Amino acid sequence: MTWPIFILVSIIKVALVFFIVMTAAAYTVWLERKLIGRMQNRWGPTRVGPFGLLQPMADGIKFILKEDLTPPYVHKTLFVLAPMIALIPALLPVSLVPVGGAITIHGITTPLEMTGVMVNGAPVDINIALLLILGITSVGVYGIALAGWSSNSKYALLGSLRASAQMISYEVSLGISLVGVLLIANSLSLREIVNQQAGTWFPGVPVLEWIPRWNIFPQFIAFFTYVTAAYAETNRIPFDLPEAETELVAGYHTEYSSMKFAIFFIAEYCNMFTVACIATTLFLGGWSGPVPGFLPPILQALLPVFWFVLKVVAFIFVYIWIRGTLPRFRYDQLMSFGWKFLFPLALANVVVTSFVVAWFAK
Amino acid sequence: MLHQILFFIFASVAVAAAINLLLQKHPINSALSLIVVMGALAVLYLLLGAEFVAAVQLIVYAGAIMVLFVFVIMLLNAGLEERTPGSAVATLIGVPGVAALVGLCVFVFARTRIRGAAGYSIGDFHVSTQDIGRLLFRDYLLPFEVTSVLVLIGIMGAVVLAKREDAGPTDRSPEITAEAPRPESQQPAERTHA
Repeated sequence: MTWPIFILVSIIKVALVFFIVMTAAAYTVWLERKLIGRMQNRWGPTRVGPFGLLQPMADGIKFILKEDLTPPYVHKTLFVLAPMIALIPALLPVSLVPVGGAITIHGITTPLEMTGVMVNGAPVDINIALLLILGITSVGVYGIALAGWSSNSKYALLGSLRASAQMISYEVSLGISLVGVLLIANSLSLREIVNQQAGTWFPGVPVLEWIPRWNIFPQFIAFFTYVTAAYAETNRIPFDLPEAETELVAGYHTEYSSMKFAIFFIAEYCNMFTVACIATTLFLGGWSGPVPGFLPPILQALLPVFWFVLKVVAFIFVYIWIRGTLPRFRYDQLMSFGWKFLFPLALANVVVTSFVVAWFAK
Repeated sequence: MLHQILFFIFASVAVAAAINLLLQKHPINSALSLIVVMGALAVLYLLLGAEFVAAVQLIVYAGAIMVLFVFVIMLLNAGLEERTPGSAVATLIGVPGVAALVGLCVFVFARTRIRGAAGYSIGDFHVSTQDIGRLLFRDYLLPFEVTSVLVLIGIMGAVVLAKREDAGPTDRSPEITAEAPRPESQQPAERTHA
């Protein structure tokens, strides 16, 4: 592939993924309102469009048309910068997630991933993709912390203090919960991890051969700790203390209005997407799924993407389900749960997994 | 070529942010400048081929340690710092000291550059995560484990300092941790390490 075509393909991919992620974030809000509504015996949005499907557009227009108010006595630079710092690390990790094998259109073959390249006819991604994702997402806390601090308001400050403490505490469990999967996969490349999850655990055994070779089965404790810690990292119920509206008005974004507020909102949903993508890749087999051989090549390339998206949507559905089910933790409960239960559990999982891996390696 | 261009961009970013760190009056601006320095250093490590070190630099320093810095600054609500003219001794010894150090570095680097036969350029080496793991857990296992003991001592020291009972008058913990259990005695002692 010559470099002008490479750049063109990259630009197309970036634009496409950006559009998809933004639309998906908007429609996750719609899905959430619908589902929570049904769980609480209401209808959710119904007025704008069929089933309220145009509600996200109406919300977007409303956000843009609202007055963008900057309160007096805020730290101006950081007040403007904070939403950007929150959004950028939320959007970046998607570029590292592979959503399928390779696709060939008009003789141009490219991996179904923003940052991948073709090497000797096989798609290859960044070999430390997982570490990079962890690094990028760990920077996202500054957006929230600075938003609360620069607002010069007690509720916002309390919200951001809570967010910082909570994110530091749960990031430890989050990182350690992934070690188990890495020990099994022996690689930090997401593509490699997904490739190892293709097939089934017990090929040839009657009923058991239907169990796919996903990491969630040997690593269900890691999956539990990862999901719990990730909920805390994304400030979702039951860990939404940074924006607990009954105590803190709206938490760290109390003083924000118009599009600046909306950006925090979008960032939260993009973070949910990142978490869903990583969980799908590491634990649920990524894009692996049944692909019939009789389909035309283009469909054969795109069907794995469909499996990937299906798993991500299922994960987000659980996210919303949990929100409709669980009440919010108290702050001391949050801290003792994170440090005294989740962290030892994740560590124990690492120890047990390394022993098992060492045993089978011999 | 691309390596050189990127090196100069991010090296100048690192230096500019480090200077900004010293010039800023507000502690939170200084802390943010330090985060930029960390990020730029991570890119420099990446350019040198140390991808694992780069990622860890980002995760540990920018993502954890500096968050704690910012957290503490926010918690204490630290205001603008006061400037003093600085001591004469520091100027007298510091400036020649820095000059000597820079001169020494330049000398050493120039010498090794001449001695090295081929002369290496940026991006010649590539160290994978496996290499680091092998070195760390096989060849340098003892130093690694000793370091972990050091970190443990640090944690214990922090716990001891945080739980100390004879703190100043502003600390309310002595009366609360007194023997007689009171109904309202549930809160602070636990909170300090949150």
